[in-house]
Amino acid sequence: MAKVIHLKKGLDIKLKGAPLEIIGKATQSELIGFVPEHFAGIIPKPVAKPGDKLKVGSVLFVDKNCPELRIVSPVSGELVAINRGERRKILDIVIKNDFKMEQEIFPTIDWKNASDKEVKQMLLSLGLFAFIKQRPYDIVANPNDQPKAIFISTFDTAPLAPDYTFILKDQVADFQAGITALSTLAPVSVGIKAGNGIFDGLKNATLHYFKGAHPAGNVGVQINNVNPVNKGEVVWTINPQEVLFIGRYVNKGTLDFSKLVASTGSEVTTPAYYPSIVGSPITPIVKANVSQGMSLRYISGNVLSGEKITENGFLNPFHSQISVIPEGDDNHELFGWIMPRWDKFSNSGTYFTKLVQFLNPKKTFEADARLLGGERHMIMSGEYDSVLPMDIYPEFLIKAIIANDIDKMEALGIYEIAPEDVALCEFVCSSKVPLQKIVREGLDMLRKEMN
Amino acid sequence: MKALRKLVDKIKPNFQEGGKLSMFHSVFDGFETFLFVPSKTSTSGTHIHDAVDSKRMMSMVVIALVPALLFGMFNVGYQHFLATGQLVATYWNPQTAQFWNIFLYGVALVLPKVIVSYVVGLGIEFTVAQWKKEEIHEGFLVSGILIPLIVPVDLPLWMLAVATAFSVIFAKEVFGGTGMNIFNVALVARAFLFFAYPTKMSGDEVWVGTNEVFGLGGGQLVDSFSGATPLGQTAVATGKEFVIHNVAGATTSWWDMFVGLIPGSIGETSVIAIALGAILLLVTRVASWKTMLSVFLGGAITAFLFNTFGAESNTMAHLPWYYHLVLGGFCFGAVFMATDPVTSARTEKGKWIFGFLIGAMAIVIRVLNPGYPEGMMLAILLMNIFAPLIDYFFVQANISKRLKRTTKSINA
Repeated sequence: MAKVIHLKKGLDIKLKGAPLEIIGKATQSELIGFVPEHFAGIIPKPVAKPGDKLKVGSVLFVDKNCPELRIVSPVSGELVAINRGERRKILDIVIKNDFKMEQEIFPTIDWKNASDKEVKQMLLSLGLFAFIKQRPYDIVANPNDQPKAIFISTFDTAPLAPDYTFILKDQVADFQAGITALSTLAPVSVGIKAGNGIFDGLKNATLHYFKGAHPAGNVGVQINNVNPVNKGEVVWTINPQEVLFIGRYVNKGTLDFSKLVASTGSEVTTPAYYPSIVGSPITPIVKANVSQGMSLRYISGNVLSGEKITENGFLNPFHSQISVIPEGDDNHELFGWIMPRWDKFSNSGTYFTKLVQFLNPKKTFEADARLLGGERHMIMSGEYDSVLPMDIYPEFLIKAIIANDIDKMEALGIYEIAPEDVALCEFVCSSKVPLQKIVREGLDMLRKEMN
Repeated sequence: MKALRKLVDKIKPNFQEGGKLSMFHSVFDGFETFLFVPSKTSTSGTHIHDAVDSKRMMSMVVIALVPALLFGMFNVGYQHFLATGQLVATYWNPQTAQFWNIFLYGVALVLPKVIVSYVVGLGIEFTVAQWKKEEIHEGFLVSGILIPLIVPVDLPLWMLAVATAFSVIFAKEVFGGTGMNIFNVALVARAFLFFAYPTKMSGDEVWVGTNEVFGLGGGQLVDSFSGATPLGQTAVATGKEFVIHNVAGATTSWWDMFVGLIPGSIGETSVIAIALGAILLLVTRVASWKTMLSVFLGGAITAFLFNTFGAESNTMAHLPWYYHLVLGGFCFGAVFMATDPVTSARTEKGKWIFGFLIGAMAIVIRVLNPGYPEGMMLAILLMNIFAPLIDYFFVQANISKRLKRTTKSINA
C-alpha cells in the first residue's frame, strides 16, 4: 500500500445512534424540493414554471451569472410551486413526483474519447456539474475555471457519519466511471481511509491514504495535506454519491439521482441507511422512527456542520446524513460548571471523558443542541490548534476575519478552509465562538471584494 | 432543585428588558448561569458543543489555588508565632490547640483580603457588564484570589482595594474585558502597589504579621527578630558564602523553603502547595505544560550560569539555582501567572520561548538589580508585552511559507 498520511490532531466524537449496516425501508415522497440556497454561490433564475411537466433532467433553475450551470429535476412529474420569501428570494422549488421516471433526451457522447470540453458540456447539461464544489469560497464550481485538481474524499469521520464503503460497495464500477469522466477535466485525487480495501483498485486517479481522527475525512483537510490551495488557484471537490450520479450516466445512459441516506442520532429509533433521492424531504425516513414527546432538532448533515431543518424539510442535496438530537432547551442542569457530569462528552481535561472512554471503549455519549456555556472572547489558546490537522493558525485566521483584514486572511490561508473544517474547533471552543459563521461571512466578504 | 428553578423562572421577567429590575439584568444572568447551565441552544454552526465553558476553566484555576491559599493562611500564623517565640514543637499537629490558633490567626489576616479583593473586583465587573449589557465574564474569579495571594500580609486593606480597582479598570476593562487584556490583571495590581506604596510592598517590615488580630496571637517579638525574606536577605548580603535565617534568627534550610515556612507574599511560599495546584492544572490541561516547564528551564539554566560565571561579590548570583527556583514568587508565577492563556504567547512554539524568557528574566532581575530582589512579577509583565511579538514570528513564518508556495506554483 502507498504511503499513509497520519494526521495526529483531531477528535472523534463518539455519539449514540451510529447507523447500522442495514438498508431500511422508506416510502418515496411524492413531493421533491430544492432549496436554491443549498447550492452556495448560485443566484437562482427559475426556468421551469409552476404547472410545467418535468422529466428527469428537465432544468429547474440556472445560475444568473453563469446560465450554463443548471440544476435539474431528479424525478418526472409536475412543478407545483416556487415559494418566495422576503424580497422575492426563492425559498424552495417544489415538484410533484409521478413516479414514472421519464427521462429527458440528451445528445450522446463517446465518454472514452471525449475531450475535456465535451465532458464539461455534457455534465453541465445533465445538471451534474452543479454538484461539484470549489475551493476557495466553498461554493458551486465555476465551469469557466481550470482547476488544478479534483478531490474526492471516500470517507467521512464526522460524528455518526455514513460509511461510504457500505454505500458504495456494490457500485464501485459506477464510481470508477465517474472518476474517469472527471479525470478528463483535471487530475483526480481520491482520499482513502487507510486499511480500506474496496477503493484500492481505482484507476485514473491518485490515491492518498489517511489515518487519524476527525476531521481526517474532510476533503479540505486532505487537500491541505496533499496539495494546498494557493492564492489564485482553484480546486474542485465532489462527494462520493455525486460521483455515482456521473458514473451511472456514463455506464447506463440514464440520469439516476438515487442515493442512500443515513438516519442517525440518539433520538432515531433504528439508525440505518435508507434509499432516497436527491431533493427528498426527510419525512419518510424520520416519521415514526424518532423519539416522541420531546423537543427534537432535525439536522440535514452531521451534528457539526449540518443545518437545522424542520421534520418536513428537504435534505440538502449535498448531504447523505440526517441527524436527530434532543433540542435540550428545557434542560436545566444545576451547578454544571463544577459537577463531574460523567455522561458529558468533552475534549477538555476538566471532564472525565478520557477516563470513561478508557474504562469503556464502546461508550457512546448523548449530546443536545445547547451551547453549554456563555459566549466569551477567545480566552484559551491552543484549543483550535489541537483539533485542526492543517498547516494553519486557526486562532489568528479567525481574528483576521473578525477584523475584516483581507490581506491577513489571505496570508493566513483562508482560501484553504471551508466552514466545515473549523466545525470541530467550534465544538471544542470553551468560549463558544461561532467559528463557522465567522468563516462563512469571511469567505463571502472576500468573494465580493475579489469579483 | 425544581423549586429553585421555579423560583428563578418566576423572578426572571423582572430582570428582562422592560422589567422593573432590568438594570440588574447582568447580575441576575450571572447568578442564573451560576446555578443552572444556560439552556440556550445553538443557532448557527455546530449543533452540539463541548461541555466545557469558561466558568469551568476558571473554576479549575480557583480550585488549584486552594492549597496555596490554605497553606498561606497557616504560614501567616506560623511566622507570627515563630516571631513571638510562642511556637511549640507540635504546632503541625491538627489535634493540638496551637495548630488551630496558628491557622485562625492566618485566616483572620488573609480572609479579609480575599473578601475585599472579590467585592471590589466583582463589583466593578458587574457594573461594567451591566453597562455594556453583556454577560458577566468569569475572569475575575481567578484574579480575585490571585491578588491577595501575591501581596505581603501587612498590606492595608484600603491599598488592596485601590490596587484591585486600578487593575480591573485599567488593565482589563479598558481593553474590552476578559480575553482582551494585555497584562496579567493580578500582576498589574501588584505592580501598582509596588510602585505606589513601596514601603508596604518591600523591605523587612511587611512580611510577618506582628500584631494581635481579633484577640488572636499577639505578644512580644523575640530579640533576634528580623522579618526579611530569604531573597531580601540574599540581596543585601555580600560574598559567596552566605546563610539564610528565619524570622527568629535560626538557620533556614532548603527543605523549609520547599515546604514554604518562610516569610513572603501570602500564597507564594510553599512549593508543595503550588505543586498540588500545578498537578490539577496540568491534568485538566487548563494550563499549558509547555509554558510551565519552560519557565523552570529558563530559570534553572540562567541561575546555573550565574552560579558558574557570576561575580564573586554578588551573593545573589551565587545563590544555588535550586534555591532560586523555590524562593520568592518563582513557582507561583510559573504555575499561575505565566500560564494565563490570555496574556501568554498563543502559538505552541511561542509558549516555549515565552516561558523560557520569563524564567531567565526573573533570575537576571534578581541577580543584577540588588534594589529589587523579586524579579518574577516584572519578568512576567515584561514578557506579556513581548508575547504578541513572539507569536508574530511564528505566524509570520507560516505566512512566508504560504507565500513561497504561491510564488512557486505561479512560476511552475
